[in-house]
Amino acid sequence: MTTTRKLTMAQAIAEAIGQEMERDNKVFVMGEDIGKYGGIFGATGGLLDKFGPERIMDTPISETAFIGTATGAAAAGLRPIAELMFVDFFGVCMDQIYNHLAKNTYMAGGNIKLPVVLTTAIGGGYSDAAQHSQCLYGTFAHMPGLKVVVPSNAYDAKGLMTQAIRDDNPVLFMYHKGIMGLPWMAYFEGSSNEVPQAQYTIPFGVAKVVREGTDLTIVTLSQMVQKSLLAAEELKKQGISAEVLDLRTLVPLDRKAVLKSVAKTGRLLVADEDYLSFGLTGEIAALVAENLDTVALKAPVKRLAVPDVPIPYSRPLEKFVIPQVENIVAASQALMKGRVAEGQPA
Amino acid sequence: MQANKEKLLWMYEKMVEIRNYEETMASVYLEGKLPPNIQQGLAFDIGSGPVPGEMHLAAGQEPVAVGICAHLKQEDTVVGTHRPHHFAIAKGVPLTPMTAEMFGKVTGLGKGKGGHMHLFDPVHKFSCSGLIGASLPPACGAGLAAKKMGKDWVAVAFFGEGAANQGAVHESLNLAALWQLPVIFVCEDNKWAISVPKTSATSIEWVADRASAYGMPGIKVAHNDAVEVYEAVAPAIARARSGKGPSLIEVKTDRYLGHFQGDPEVYRPKDEVANLRKNDPIPKLATQLKSAGQMTDAEEAAIVARARQRVTDAFAFARKSDYPAPQEALQHVFA
Ligand SMILES: Cc1ncc(C[n+]2csc(CCOP(=O)(O)OP(=O)(O)O)c2C)c(N)n1
Repeated sequence: MTTTRKLTMAQAIAEAIGQEMERDNKVFVMGEDIGKYGGIFGATGGLLDKFGPERIMDTPISETAFIGTATGAAAAGLRPIAELMFVDFFGVCMDQIYNHLAKNTYMAGGNIKLPVVLTTAIGGGYSDAAQHSQCLYGTFAHMPGLKVVVPSNAYDAKGLMTQAIRDDNPVLFMYHKGIMGLPWMAYFEGSSNEVPQAQYTIPFGVAKVVREGTDLTIVTLSQMVQKSLLAAEELKKQGISAEVLDLRTLVPLDRKAVLKSVAKTGRLLVADEDYLSFGLTGEIAALVAENLDTVALKAPVKRLAVPDVPIPYSRPLEKFVIPQVENIVAASQALMKGRVAEGQPA
Repeated sequence: MQANKEKLLWMYEKMVEIRNYEETMASVYLEGKLPPNIQQGLAFDIGSGPVPGEMHLAAGQEPVAVGICAHLKQEDTVVGTHRPHHFAIAKGVPLTPMTAEMFGKVTGLGKGKGGHMHLFDPVHKFSCSGLIGASLPPACGAGLAAKKMGKDWVAVAFFGEGAANQGAVHESLNLAALWQLPVIFVCEDNKWAISVPKTSATSIEWVADRASAYGMPGIKVAHNDAVEVYEAVAPAIARARSGKGPSLIEVKTDRYLGHFQGDPEVYRPKDEVANLRKNDPIPKLATQLKSAGQMTDAEEAAIVARARQRVTDAFAFARKSDYPAPQEALQHVFA
């Protein structure tokens, strides 16, 4: 039987990478401070000792070069994992990501495989300000050609990472710093959990009901899952039963799971740490709107997200723009009071 | 060009002020981040305390900032890095709003919105960025503006030896040389880019050797010494002011602390850290000044006291300032 033990999300990701590297010698890692340091967020901890600098390669601060190198190496038959510390830094090498990594397979008529995993940290909540606190998964999910994976806990992270490395397509794997289990950052309990030693995969595009409920559905992902679970506990005390749906991957998106849950509860709150406009919350709301013939809503859809401002540094400002547990509670309460307008299906 | 007594004393005082600032910040930064967090299973809570977020300190690197800024006037532009305090202080950014910014207070340079890596002072023409290599393009812009407006202003872009391998650096060097912009590019080689040593990141020993590839002078400063920096860069400043174009300077310096406060420094040999302060440029300059009869013990004491007082006042101001109201987060996306 397989043993399980409690791991942090960082440890689970590093374990998945290590096991896949043992299984397949085409897999290697490149990135800044991923060697001795083990990655600033611990996602490659211990791998240098096991695999040496030929397969765990610290790079210069040359993102265009090393991310483009990952694309080229993948086209030639290797399976690179490239880490760029913070998603906020992707701008400097965006061309290699969204014009090449994401498009070459398509432009080659499917004749090129690009099994690249790009890993990066997302999210705020600790006053790292506007250039180090974004989520941006909506940006990458918006542009075709990248699978976008955003786990909320260690168990999922390991299975999704193993799946990502085995996928023949480019995958962007984004981990929220606040749930990595870092010894230097406060986090919401729940992201460190039991993880089997043995390898396993979790298929992309399969959302998970992490808490069953009957009154409303909270669709969310990443650290917001932990916040939503705390909110659901609070709501329970007030007699409100919230179902929490963890999307786990944005591309592919488990639309069926969203519709199924909303059909059951009749109310939808989308809770997101990305920007409000043109993002995840709009996508999920549109999905439900397009299916109002089969999904009857008891109240208009509610969206919680960063209100279209960069993430401010100062603590009270940051707390104000990033949705918190109490905001999820308040939005859920409002949703319970809300009624659809006259003439709409009730 | 040799530094006169006035410049030497200015550089000494600024270095003392920077060091005192960084050491004060190092201890204030830890407030609220250690116990009781340790009992909660955290070694360190980066988000708590009066100064949250990441903190990169430049103790040890003072000579680079003061040796260059001693040549500058208020109209000259300086673009710093994610490790910005020494540059900001040397450029004349006032300590009180700068410190208040790091406390996230409404009295800060950016009303609490920017924080430590994002200090903007349009009056003293200082800015910086948390993105590596991002200091060079805006310095080219400031240089272009000076040229178009017929001013003798210069722009200085500071960047680390790690940043020297970033695309934006190479593009900027070429552009500045091509357009003969009055820009001084200053590579601060503290040997480490977080955990990656220069030897594993750069294929040559001196970044300044790249200057010839772009068609500009390259200047090497081998010691972490303010006077040496001051004298070595003088021709570059004169060149830029007289419309003859950019220069690339590299200074060898030392990072005394971790990459950021709380960095376990697992990558750095312990004896390296222990030995760094043996060549501390601040007492060294004091000794030089005194043996040349340019500073008395009493003058030294007065300089140290003044610098300390400014730092103390700045931290006191920051502590007692108010936080912005939460709704202010919604302002200033558009001016
Ligand atoms: C574009 C970009 N890539 C990566 C980082 C992460 N990062 C922050 S500081 C740093 C090292 C910088 O080294 P160097 O330029 O030598 O400056 P130093 O920290 O030594 O002052 C890295 C990789 C970043 N901030 N921006």
